[in-house]
Amino acid sequence: MNLAYSVEYEAFRAEVRDFLERYRGDWPRGYAGGRPNAEMLRWQRLLLEYGYAARTIPQEYGGYGAEPDALKSRIIAEEFTRAGAPGGLAGQGISMLVPTLLEVGSEEQKRRYIPPTLRGEMIWCQGYSEPGAGSDLANLQTRGVEQGGDFVINGQKIWTSTAQLADMMFCLVRTESERARHQGISYILIPMSTPGIEVRPLKTMTGASEFNEVFFTDVRVPVENVVGGRGAGWSVANATLKHERGMLGDPNAAETRLKAIIDLMQEETVDGARLMDNPVFRDQLMRLQGRVLAMKFHGLRLLTAAANGEETGLARLIVKLEGCELNHQLAAFAIDVLGELGVLYGDSPHLRAKGAWQRMYMFDLGLIIGGGTAQIQKNIIAERGLGLPREPKVAVG
Amino acid sequence: MEFALSADQRMLQESVDRTLARACPLQRIRKLPADKSVAKDVWAALAELGIAGILIPEAHGGSGLTLLDAALVSEMLGRHVAPAPFAATAVVAPLALLHAGSPAQQTEWLPKLASGKTLAGIAISERIAGARDGAGVTASNGKLDGKALFVIAAGAPLCVVADRDGGLHLVHTASPGVTHIPLETIDVTRPPGELQFDNVEAEPLNSGDARAAFAKIRDAGWTMLAADTLGASQRMIEKAVEYAKERQQFGRVIGSFQAVKHLCAEMAAELEPCRALVWYAAHAFDAIPAEAALTAAHAKAHTSEIGRFVARTATEVHGGIGFTDLLGLHYWFKRIGLNRQLLGGPDRVRHLAAQMQGFAA
Repeated sequence: MNLAYSVEYEAFRAEVRDFLERYRGDWPRGYAGGRPNAEMLRWQRLLLEYGYAARTIPQEYGGYGAEPDALKSRIIAEEFTRAGAPGGLAGQGISMLVPTLLEVGSEEQKRRYIPPTLRGEMIWCQGYSEPGAGSDLANLQTRGVEQGGDFVINGQKIWTSTAQLADMMFCLVRTESERARHQGISYILIPMSTPGIEVRPLKTMTGASEFNEVFFTDVRVPVENVVGGRGAGWSVANATLKHERGMLGDPNAAETRLKAIIDLMQEETVDGARLMDNPVFRDQLMRLQGRVLAMKFHGLRLLTAAANGEETGLARLIVKLEGCELNHQLAAFAIDVLGELGVLYGDSPHLRAKGAWQRMYMFDLGLIIGGGTAQIQKNIIAERGLGLPREPKVAVG
Repeated sequence: MEFALSADQRMLQESVDRTLARACPLQRIRKLPADKSVAKDVWAALAELGIAGILIPEAHGGSGLTLLDAALVSEMLGRHVAPAPFAATAVVAPLALLHAGSPAQQTEWLPKLASGKTLAGIAISERIAGARDGAGVTASNGKLDGKALFVIAAGAPLCVVADRDGGLHLVHTASPGVTHIPLETIDVTRPPGELQFDNVEAEPLNSGDARAAFAKIRDAGWTMLAADTLGASQRMIEKAVEYAKERQQFGRVIGSFQAVKHLCAEMAAELEPCRALVWYAAHAFDAIPAEAALTAAHAKAHTSEIGRFVARTATEVHGGIGFTDLLGLHYWFKRIGLNRQLLGGPDRVRHLAAQMQGFAA
């Protein structure tokens, strides 16, 4: 047990700080999400050059080519957060497609897709879920039929974030209809400019359209756009989902929210008394603080395991369930301490934090459901973590 | 940066685990509280491993390990619902001597505690949990008066007593004027007691900063109870999962039903972060003083809450048999129940946590 970083790591931290200070003028201050603009693209190229983005991606594919080092990755994240500097791009292309291609893509696919993705010039969206294939993803019905070297794809995807600005989609398509359902799926890379693709924004309860529906009508894609072989899409996708589940439930988000709530409770008053002086609120705050600390230290445990290349089993499996739930509870609590003010939204007078607490409270519910619902997470924890048996298969039809 | 147990720490934990499995299997726990030989044998076996002197410096005959090592032992005690005065005799009392005792007191008492031959209790509850039923000890001219409730290891020949005004004292419980009244609780494995003092001679432990010394022993006590609950809860989850894999209803093992499976998953998901919280609090005690008190408080309060959830849920997973005496599951249930209230229930401890941060007066 030693929470200090060694000299080597402290030197690395100093390098990151120097970098952020030296290039302070290049921070992409005008970028507010969406398709990367010119200054964001410049910043991304700088980060790639110094290894603060795509750090462990091999150089031949446009990465920095460093050995994986969980502690250095953590230090980079910490220093960027501390300085308030924008990090590198982190869309689904970089976080999910690139690791998948590195694992199972062909050499040609790696060379063609990874470099522009890392540079932020090629934006990706994920085509997995369908109206009839949510938790039961293997039930997906979007079909690709081979015709003269192409797949002709018909069907519908849903929950497709960034589809409206994406250049490409990595998509699960049923191509081998005669095979058992898990063996009949292929992982296909689809240019979004292909004729027959229609993207419709999906308005959610927050009032924004964070997701889309994507419709395919006779969309032709070359057969060589399959990743990992025909019919291997299920295992390829599972490799990708592993990367997604690691991303959700960030303990730093919980700590940031807790600090904001503490400030709020010290500044806001009801009948002239600080919210912090309400013993019921204070007790609830302390309960949440206990949870936030537990998850923070749990994160340190996982970080150490990752740095040592150890399997963490159960400890890792619980992060999505516990982390998303905690973030949601924090937002719910902030709304409660604000009382009537907590329901203000949009541009209302008396609005607090630009309505962020309600937006988070609602959006977090989406995160609890998305990427494997809380109930699916519990199945995974029980089956993979505790060794409980799977639900017996029920004969369909 | 390494937030993990060392190989030595894992070995220590495994050897305590094996020792306790031999010294107090469930059939011996069932003989409590009548059979006094169980606790004696457990303590002798632990003393043999050097556990009695775990925190005592080598110069005084101990092994000079850290509070994290002690927490790992405490976790195993909870796991085996072991009758042992460990938290009082091997943790809080030695720390009271180390932080508030004079060199002469340390030289006199620490080797005796380290050998395991002398046991020590702790009467510090009122200063943390608050005074009920008129409890509280007053010190004047080196004499103690009043009473202390929920004394841990109250039957021990020595006792560290906290008075109302922030002072600590070392009392020989055989001294004239001391009355020991055992308290019967749900948990037969560690019966606390009441000590009454009537003009009792006591040695003051007043070297150094009394406030700081008291904070140290409070934090250590909280962390030990949290670790004990962690170990007991972990065992309850294991028992529930084992049972859910065996028990058949409707032609299937019940662990294949999501209603049961999800209860097991919820217990595991809630308890796992408690482990990191207990490790951190214990580590902070020795290495990060600025964070020690707050993390110890949260370890105690949060683990108590999760422990209660696990205790009831693991019992429910067992169905009717869990409610009976047949499996003995209730020993763990009750252990967790006692730990929750000792040295302050979660609400009290959270209030203290708020005070530490200046959030409450």
